[in-house]
Amino acid sequence: MQGLTRYKLIFLLPGLLVLLAIILFPLFFTIRVSFSGWDAINPGLGWIGGTNYGRLLADSRFWQSLSRLTTIVLTSVALEYLLGFGLALLVWHQVRLRRITRVLFLIPMMTTPVVMAVIWRTIFHESLGPANDLAGLLGFGNIPWLTKPMWATIVVIVVDVWQWTPFMFLLLLAGLLSLPKEPFLAAEIDGAGPIRTFFNVTFPAMAPITVGALIIRLIEASKIMETIYVITSGGPGTSTETTGYYIFIRGLRDFQIGYAASLSVTYLVIMIVLLTIIAKSLVKVLVKSGN
Amino acid sequence: MRPFLKLLKIVAILVWSVFVVAPFLWALTTSFKTANGVTNGATYLPWIDYEPSLAAWKGLFGSDAGSIDIVGPFANSLIVTLSASFISLTLGTLVAYGLSRFRYKLGPISNADLTFFFISQRIMPPVVLAIPFFLMLGFLGLLDTILGLVLVYIALLLPIAVWVMVDFFNNIPKELDETAIIDGCTPFEAFWRVILPNSLPGLVVAGIFCIVFGWNDFFFAFTLTFTQTQLLPVAIVSLNSSVTPWWSLSASALISVVPLIVVAFLVERYLEKGNISGAKK
Repeated sequence: MQGLTRYKLIFLLPGLLVLLAIILFPLFFTIRVSFSGWDAINPGLGWIGGTNYGRLLADSRFWQSLSRLTTIVLTSVALEYLLGFGLALLVWHQVRLRRITRVLFLIPMMTTPVVMAVIWRTIFHESLGPANDLAGLLGFGNIPWLTKPMWATIVVIVVDVWQWTPFMFLLLLAGLLSLPKEPFLAAEIDGAGPIRTFFNVTFPAMAPITVGALIIRLIEASKIMETIYVITSGGPGTSTETTGYYIFIRGLRDFQIGYAASLSVTYLVIMIVLLTIIAKSLVKVLVKSGN
Repeated sequence: MRPFLKLLKIVAILVWSVFVVAPFLWALTTSFKTANGVTNGATYLPWIDYEPSLAAWKGLFGSDAGSIDIVGPFANSLIVTLSASFISLTLGTLVAYGLSRFRYKLGPISNADLTFFFISQRIMPPVVLAIPFFLMLGFLGLLDTILGLVLVYIALLLPIAVWVMVDFFNNIPKELDETAIIDGCTPFEAFWRVILPNSLPGLVVAGIFCIVFGWNDFFFAFTLTFTQTQLLPVAIVSLNSSVTPWWSLSASALISVVPLIVVAFLVERYLEKGNISGAKK
């Protein structure tokens, strides 16, 4: 038994210790820093109690960034799900089409988000970019893509949808391909049309993988800030500033380290609570109702 | 009705495909432009809309004035990504094998909790870690160094490696290691000689995931380095100012993205073989 314990530890410990050292230690450190007045002038862990948290409660820029983040994330993920599922259903039964589209649709999600954001920024350039060239051709005139809050938000969402719809497509297509054949044959024998088959057979059978895909995407999408930094820098004004980007500005631009740490801790707690609630209700609505 | 639906389907797929490749085509055509092709509004076709030039591409590799150093950042990115991926994959595979084959019990903490602990690190928003990382690396004197970035990237990639490999090992029958142990192998030999050689598909998938996530990171490279150690995405974004001509920007963007397009083709072959069970769950 002594020998087996030793082997158990040989496998687990190196990775566990590395992760604890690199992630857990900084996290506790951040919590401690959030109770300090650490900034560019007075660096250090001087205890100032809950002052930072009090300031945060009244910081409307922080709370607005959270509601903005919610809008961007929910809209993008919903669009990605609808488009990804639609495309997966279209190529589901065609082997050749499936393989071609899969390579093609893999590309956006593999390419570096910030580098593609640089390209997207030239595309949405108001006088020199092809986006307005196309808009003019279709009779929409010159659209202020990056200078009007609504349009800037739309641009951010379009770029996210471009990059991550393929992720939904791939997961949902893999899910469709792993479904058992029998229920579909049964539906056919019953004379169900394609729409009834979809709502009575395909959709319920896909519920577990749908929930998984949505949760992964919600987690990843809520981290959005790099593409925003490149495309809009949070602007115009603060109209596309997400929470991560705001914390970055406070912490590593203004060097209000203590305050940024308190924002980080609050943000992390809110994210974990929100994502848990969303995950639980998705499971309830989609998986339970399917049975 | 039927042919009409079929046409609609083809059109839908075609429209999406055009949307997917459009940015790449735009970057490609822009990379051959000169000032004339850019400043008079959007142009698309070489020879017809504008006179193509190789200036941007030469500028990436040349050393004359106005050229952009992309080779150094490219090499840095390669070193950081590959070493962090290799270390994460090694540690992650060991952890995953342990979690898949042994039962751990530490008070109320069991295997499921440990697995969740590893994977749940992906929930952490990067910005929450950026500040302590910045202070920690500063304290260790590792800001703006390759070593510092490798350490940070291990934290990002290890959860991915564990996630893919636990799932992979769970799908390899336990009888395989049990037979090896009855034949006189130690648990480690059973892992090393019997299981590992059978795990190549899982290792490839986990490795590709690590490489893609490592190569694509911008935020940590951006906040934890300044001038000495520049990674490729940071170098390209720093060109993203009003002074840098679009053609140089496009050419360097394409250079950074091409390795991943190659990887995309490799991944697809594994997808078709159905070896990506880790990503399905």
